[in-house]
Order: sequence, then structure tokens, then C-alpha cells
Amino acid sequence: MLSVLSAVLLVWYIAAIALNAPQVRERLPLEAGLRDLVAGTWSMERPVLPAPHQIVAELRKSILGHPVASQRSLVYHAGVTLSAALAGLALALLLGMTLAIGIVHVRTLDRSLMPWVIASQTVPVLAIAPMVVVVLGNLGITGLFPKAAIAGYLSFFPITVGMVKGLRSPDPLQLDLMRTYSAAGWQVFAKLRWPASLPFLFPGLRVAVALALVGAIVAELPTGAQAGLGARLLGGSYYGQTVQIWATLIVASTLSLAALFVVGLVERGVTVLRGGRM
Amino acid sequence: MTARAVWGAAWPVAFAALGMIAAALARAGLADAAGSARVLAASAIGVLAVIAALAGFARRDGPVMRLATPALFGALILWLWEMVVVGLQVPRVLLPAPSAIAAAFSTHLPTLGADFRQTFVRAVIPGYLLGCGAGFAVALAIDRSPFLRRGLLPLGNLVSVMPIVGIAPIMVMWFGFDWQSKAAVVVVMTFFPMLVNAVAGLAEAGVMERDLMRSYAAGYWQTLMKLRLPVALPFVFNALKLNSTLALIGAVVAEFFGTPILGMGFRISTEAARMDLDLVWATITVAALAGSLSFGAIALIERTVTFWHPSFRR
Repeated sequence: MLSVLSAVLLVWYIAAIALNAPQVRERLPLEAGLRDLVAGTWSMERPVLPAPHQIVAELRKSILGHPVASQRSLVYHAGVTLSAALAGLALALLLGMTLAIGIVHVRTLDRSLMPWVIASQTVPVLAIAPMVVVVLGNLGITGLFPKAAIAGYLSFFPITVGMVKGLRSPDPLQLDLMRTYSAAGWQVFAKLRWPASLPFLFPGLRVAVALALVGAIVAELPTGAQAGLGARLLGGSYYGQTVQIWATLIVASTLSLAALFVVGLVERGVTVLRGGRM
Repeated sequence: MTARAVWGAAWPVAFAALGMIAAALARAGLADAAGSARVLAASAIGVLAVIAALAGFARRDGPVMRLATPALFGALILWLWEMVVVGLQVPRVLLPAPSAIAAAFSTHLPTLGADFRQTFVRAVIPGYLLGCGAGFAVALAIDRSPFLRRGLLPLGNLVSVMPIVGIAPIMVMWFGFDWQSKAAVVVVMTFFPMLVNAVAGLAEAGVMERDLMRSYAAGYWQTLMKLRLPVALPFVFNALKLNSTLALIGAVVAEFFGTPILGMGFRISTEAARMDLDLVWATITVAALAGSLSFGAIALIERTVTFWHPSFRR
């Protein structure tokens, strides 16, 4: 793993030289040597590809250099995006589970709704994002909700599919056993189907977390670049601040990995609580 | 066929027909302001009849029913949308009626066609082919060399959970405003799912089958062509289907970061800002159709190529 990391860094530095060289050469005096050229490519203000240490410096400046609540702090923007993504995830859990329970228990819903749930994912959902934000903004609904709605729409699908599969996973023997106990429909659900579905919920949840974050970031693009990681990306792209874009990307990826880690922890906790072993 | 079976097939169809007539009457009644009670009654009859038909359809099997049930359900949703928007006079900037969207679709057909060409034909298709092709080729290379497997695979797994759409502004900066930058975003977005899935697929062939190939004295290429690629195909198709939606999303989002005055993402963002929501929804319809049709086409190819897979067996 370490050797891979160093190889990636090496390739990155070389690529930075190659991509930035044309611009640096224009500005350097003719007698400048190779050493100046390389140093120039690694310290440009608006490089085509910033070198890793520039990104680290930018991260350090924007995370540690400003108070957390300030507009310039990346922590503030990451918090804005994360709260929208989490709210969206909560919506997605609610919608996904409701749909799954309906689909498993009502045959008409299964046949008529399930194909549309699948079709909803072949639509480029993110394309609708700016419109949702603009329309809700005109209604006076701004801030968290529009972003959460988009993140939720994007992430409900893996939850629904996982839950449907999980709620259907008890085999006929177990269902028959419940029937011999003369269990009511809701008892079968609470004591058999629901616990059986949890192992299927978590893989879906992992995909959903990553998607919710993407949804929240994209939803921030059309809000006129006020706050959030998406706004930072857009601002960086308007003003050619490549280092800022890359730093934002790194933060977004870290958030996504951290969220996945938390889901893993919750899964572990739930499995242990239910008497399973990891 | 017994009389009972005929009756069982006939009543949902009758209900569906009744529901559609009632629904059409209710929609027509909206035009003259007089009979709101009549409209409500016709609507109630229509909805109830269609739900009864749906329940009847859902209980029966066969390919026709499997298509008819969701189609009828979709029609019901569209009709409800139309009735609510027209009946309650929902402002157009909030949600246009399906009939208004259809009208915008036909009047703006040339614009929509040009946008479609710019986004789908120029950016999505080349990017999709390049990204999937490169992902598959790298997967083959990873499969041959353990060194690459240890190095590239964790990287691929890592990148595939990252919010990759974020590279869109970088690509726009590198490759300019035109379709090249969009295609580049699509390439990066489709590359990693294909890589991860194809590697998993190539590892799928069992030890027994591989031993059998070896006992036939089959070389690497023969084993690849006759055993491992066919076994990997379901995985590859999974990635192809996933990528068909990702590609469209990538191209559209990349257009938010800068584009010539063409393209579906450009159209959606500018017309939404100008409050011309009919055209926005028409563009979304185009995108939805393109997404669904390409997904369906790939699913169809999958069905014919991997007909032996358990999930298609009857």
C-alpha cells in the first residue's frame, strides 16, 4: 500500500511538471535552467495540475488558518454539505423503507411501482437538481431542504432495493413456522422480516451514503455559490483557483470515506447487538 | 379456456377501459368551469376503476401483464399530475402540467434535438465507450499481474466511492468548454465501476473449471476467451448498466461548469433560471428517455448474450 502511494505521488509530481511546464516557460527568463523550471511548475499560483504539497498547504490554510465558523474555512463548508447529505439520507431511509415495506406486502404495488422505482434511476436525477433548487427557492424554501430533497432522491434507491431483498429473504420454512404460531402480519414483520432485512440494508446504505454526498454537492452548484463544498468547487472554477478545487475534492472524498467508516461501525454494532459475530 | 378464466382476464381490462373513459371525461370537464361536482365524481370513478384494474392485472402472470401493470400505473400518475395542476391552477413556475410539457416538447423539437446531439452523441457515447473500454483493458492487465492488483485495485475501490463528479470543473479547465471536457468527465466516471466489476468477474471462474482448461492444455488466451470472459460477462454488464446512467449524469453536471450555448445541462440550468419550466421539463423528458432507452438496450443485449445465467432462467 505504501509503495503504491509513493508511486502515485511520484507520477503526480512528474505529471505536474509536464502539464505546467508550457505556462512556466513563458514567464521564465531565457537563461533559467531546468531546476528553475521544475521549481516553477511546483509552485504556480494557478497551476493546470497543482503539486500535492500545494494542495496540502491549501488544506492546512483553509482548515486550520481560519476559525471554524468563518466563510473561508473549509470545515464550515464541509459542515454545510454534510448536514444536507445527512438530512437527505434520513429522508431516503424513510422513503426507501416505506416503499420497500409496501412493495413486499402489497402485490399490486410490487407489480406497478417496482418497475418505476428502477426506471427512476435511469433518469439522470442530478439533471433535475438545479431546477428543484430554483423552484423551491422561488417558493421561499431555501437552505437545507432543497439540497436534502435532492440527496434523498438520489440515495433512496439502493436502500429500497436492499430492503426489498432483505424483507423477502426469510425462507418458506421460517414463514411457515410463524404461521404455526398463528402470528399476525405485523408480528411476522416485526419478529422475522425486519430482523432478517438488516444485513441487506447495510450494503445499500453504504452506496446511499456516497450518493447522498454527491447529491448534496451537486445541489449546491446552482444556489449561486453561497456555502458548501459544491459552492467552493463552482467558485474555484469561476476564478481559476485550481488548488482550491483540488483541496475541496480531497475534503469531499475524506467526508465520503469517513461516512462509510461510520456506517461500518453502526453495522458492526447492530450485528453484535443481535448476537452475531464479526 | 374455461368461462371462469375468460371472466378473470376480462374484468380487469373492462375496469381499465372504464377508468380511462372516466378519466378522459374528467379531464375534458375541467375545460368548462361549470361542473366541478361532475368532474370530481368522474375522477373518483376513474381512480377507483384503474386501481381495481391494477389489482386484477397484478394477480395474473405473463409478459403482457408485466408490462401492462406498470404502464397503467404510470398513466394513472401522469393523469393525477395533470388533474391536480390544471384543476387547482398550480402556478406554471412551480410545476407545469404534462400537456404543457408535451406542447413544449413539440414546439422546441429542433432545440432539444441539438442539445441531445451535443450532450449525448458527442459527449456521452464516446466517453462511455472510452471509459468502459479502458476500464476493461486495465482490468485485464490487473488480472495478469499481481503487482498491479495489489497497487491499482485498492486505488480503484477507493476512487469508486468518492464523489467523482467533483472533477468536472478540473476537466472543464483542462479540456475547454466544448464537448471534449464532458467526454473526459464521462471517461473518468465510467472507468472505475467497470474496472472494479471486471476484476471481480475475471476472478469468478472456479478452480475446477480452470483446472479443466489446463488439462485441455489451453493457453492463457484460450482460457480467457472460452472460460473466464463468458463467466465475467454478467459482472461486465452490471457495470455497463450502471455506467449508462452515470455517463449521462456526468455529462450533464459537467455542463453546469461551462459550456457553449448548447447541451441538455446548459438548457436545464439557463431555462430554470429564466422560469421557462415547460422547456426544462421537456429536456428532462429527453434525458429520461435517453437514459431509459440506453439502459433498456443494454439490458436486452445482456439477455441475449448471457442467456445462460441463472437470473434469466425460467
